[in-house]
Amino acid sequence: MTTIAATGTDLHAHDHHDADHKPGFFVRWFMSTNHKDIGTLYLIFAIFAGIIGGAISGLMRLELAAPGIQYLQGWASMMAGKEASLDEAYHMWNVLITAHGLIMVFFMVMPAIIGGFGNWFVPLMIGAPDMAFPRMNNVSFWLTVVAFIMLLGSSFVPGGTGLGAGTGWTVYAPLSTSGSVGPAVDMAIFSLHLAGAASILGAINFITTIFNMRAPGMTLHKMPLFVWSVLVTAFLLLLALPVLAAAITMLLVDRNFGGAFFDAAAGGDPVLYQHLFWFFGHPEVYIMILPGFGIISQIVATFSRKPVFGYLGMAYAMVAIGVVGFVVWAHHMFTTGMSVDMKMYFTAATMVIAVPTGIKIFSWIATMWGGSVSFKTPMVWAMGFIFMFTVGGVTGVVLANGGLDDNLHDTYYVVAHFHYVLSLGAVFSLFAGFYYWFGKMSGRHLNEFLGHLHFWVFFVGVNVLFFPMHFLGNSGMPRRYPDYPEAFAYWNGVASFGYAIMAVGVLIFFVNVIWSLVAGRRAEDSYWGEGATTLEWTLTSPPPYHQFETLPVIK
Amino acid sequence: MRPNYEDSVGMPKAKEVDFQEQFTENGQYAKWINNAILLPIITVISFFVLGLLLWVIVRFNRRANPVPSKTTHNTFIEVVWTLIPVLILLGIAYPSLDLLAKQFKPAPAEAVTIKATGYQWYWGYTYPDHGGFEVISNMLKEEGDVAKGERFRTENDGPKLMAVDNRMVVPAGVPLRIQTTGADVIHAFAIPSLWFKLDAVPGRLNEKSVTITKPGVYFGQCSELCGARHAFMPLVVEALPPAQFAAWVKAQGGTMPGAEKPAPAAPAATATPTETVAAPAAAATN
Repeated sequence: MTTIAATGTDLHAHDHHDADHKPGFFVRWFMSTNHKDIGTLYLIFAIFAGIIGGAISGLMRLELAAPGIQYLQGWASMMAGKEASLDEAYHMWNVLITAHGLIMVFFMVMPAIIGGFGNWFVPLMIGAPDMAFPRMNNVSFWLTVVAFIMLLGSSFVPGGTGLGAGTGWTVYAPLSTSGSVGPAVDMAIFSLHLAGAASILGAINFITTIFNMRAPGMTLHKMPLFVWSVLVTAFLLLLALPVLAAAITMLLVDRNFGGAFFDAAAGGDPVLYQHLFWFFGHPEVYIMILPGFGIISQIVATFSRKPVFGYLGMAYAMVAIGVVGFVVWAHHMFTTGMSVDMKMYFTAATMVIAVPTGIKIFSWIATMWGGSVSFKTPMVWAMGFIFMFTVGGVTGVVLANGGLDDNLHDTYYVVAHFHYVLSLGAVFSLFAGFYYWFGKMSGRHLNEFLGHLHFWVFFVGVNVLFFPMHFLGNSGMPRRYPDYPEAFAYWNGVASFGYAIMAVGVLIFFVNVIWSLVAGRRAEDSYWGEGATTLEWTLTSPPPYHQFETLPVIK
Repeated sequence: MRPNYEDSVGMPKAKEVDFQEQFTENGQYAKWINNAILLPIITVISFFVLGLLLWVIVRFNRRANPVPSKTTHNTFIEVVWTLIPVLILLGIAYPSLDLLAKQFKPAPAEAVTIKATGYQWYWGYTYPDHGGFEVISNMLKEEGDVAKGERFRTENDGPKLMAVDNRMVVPAGVPLRIQTTGADVIHAFAIPSLWFKLDAVPGRLNEKSVTITKPGVYFGQCSELCGARHAFMPLVVEALPPAQFAAWVKAQGGTMPGAEKPAPAAPAATATPTETVAAPAAAATN
């Protein structure tokens, strides 16, 4: 140990490194091994992917604003470069829903919340100089970029009835095997392989970093809750993604090498694919929301000027959600024809998740209770998160009932539910985190007024957009439909109007970011005041290129 | 816009907020569970959380409460907010599991079997008890979209995108055994007004029993993504009084099974506990 250290000092003795020595542009941004730079890359990437994924949902809401097929055929013709048939137009719809789902899950929420905020703040919060495997960190990022290019590229090659993969983000067999001829689905699957590999590498990196690189004195039970949330998430990634990789590899074998894993005519089982997919897919939804829980915990404590209420309960509630999250997957498959015993078990097990989730909601409120709360932009987003996540959570309790799901399954009620927990849950936590840490990351303050305006416009927009979807679902409108009977017109029109409001909110956000980067006030080290107690606030804003060369000691 | 059968109609209504009117006992029970138990509970919980947040805004803002408390633990309150949700969930679980048990009650031996096969992109309804004929059911197009002389949708057929040329005709008030399977990819047989949804999976024969209480027409739409025309393969169930059903079967070239049904004295319900996912072989052993 001492020898190595001594050698290191010798080597660098003549080459005075200071903490802020940065490499040149290309080496810094394309061959990066710095967790903060990689975090920044992830955030920029996620914003870029989010614009594309959000624009796709804009196309969908435009088409759905009124009954009838208005624009699809034109778009399909544009994509194909020739007059598209009605079937190709319908296929285009399926490509849009598939791309929207995959982009938002794998290329927006996950890169932003784990790759972006995780990379930036896990090392800072545990007092580590960097991630455990900086080069692997870089590989993770660039694999994600290649995966995204693969997915976008798949929309330009044949995928069955038309161009692109139109299987839904779930890629159910046999629609994704015998039902989709052409390279598009292969490309989409390979994109998932790459994104999955990137996430597994990232998960290994986070687990190693958190277990081995905490500053002296920082026991597991002293870690900030955001670090806890990333730790639990990393384990979920590590256990769930290999199952997805196996399932989609089996799809590739069925598609290209005469396999029959999911081909009933040859003794395979299409429902087996669903079991494998959802064994990954259900933990995946917690992968998207748990780091958000962590962010909200930090923000609520900071702006209440109080430590988090029930810290241990909060940490172990996340562990419980992670564990139980692995044994509830078949509630996504209630209508596949499962036996009554299975359905009863998955109904009961799913409802159990409401308990640790409730603990978190009430602990956040208890943290504010008795606090001295200032309603700065991040706090407003956090409070919006708590309420909206509650609404999304309780509709989850409704859907958990297998008997009720016989009607609600695959309707807009489900779409409403998961957008409340993701679009109003995960995305609210992303915005909250962004407003919370932007000054720390960039060294400049975001504008408070524009931040509040963004919140209110976005809040109204997403509720007008997604709340009517509960009604559409009750009324029986199925998901993934490009056109619908007249009876569904009213609420669809309202939802599309809500999208427009939300889009204005997003514009305000971008104005705020650009304005702040150009002319924002310089951020102090600990600009949220005494409530912010985690280690990143002991550093400058932005932190030095290499931080904690002398490790901080936690009392 | 009423389809030609005048008794009752199961279809979505404009600006509808609630579930469609239900025409099976289990459907009515399920709708009641949602509207009388779950909806009030989740509404109260949501408003409770909202109320707490508003109270925080009013009472614990920096001006009203400049000195924050130092409380970080309270075992009692933590136990309370763990146990009360558990009790609420237990309260929900009881009717929920009861509903599942009712939904899975196997069809009696004399139930009428209809096998629905999902094709890309239409449905086929086979009547194995009535000579095994199959009715092919395609969505009816609009007047402007069909070739001259072809049948197009009229108001009597039902709403646009929901009306079909040949309906799945069944007897009303009689237990039905609906089986589903897929011919190519997975489809899903779904009729919201019967609280019925069952995937049609290639290589499987799924089964669920249902009794439609009233004669009428019940509309539904394919509910598992099945390719380009997923949104254009609706389902229409037409429930007729048993005598009219028999006449319809005859008109299709089918036969009514055996003699008249004996009085419902025999407790046939216990006879065939056919499993939902019964493979044909397993069904034969019953």
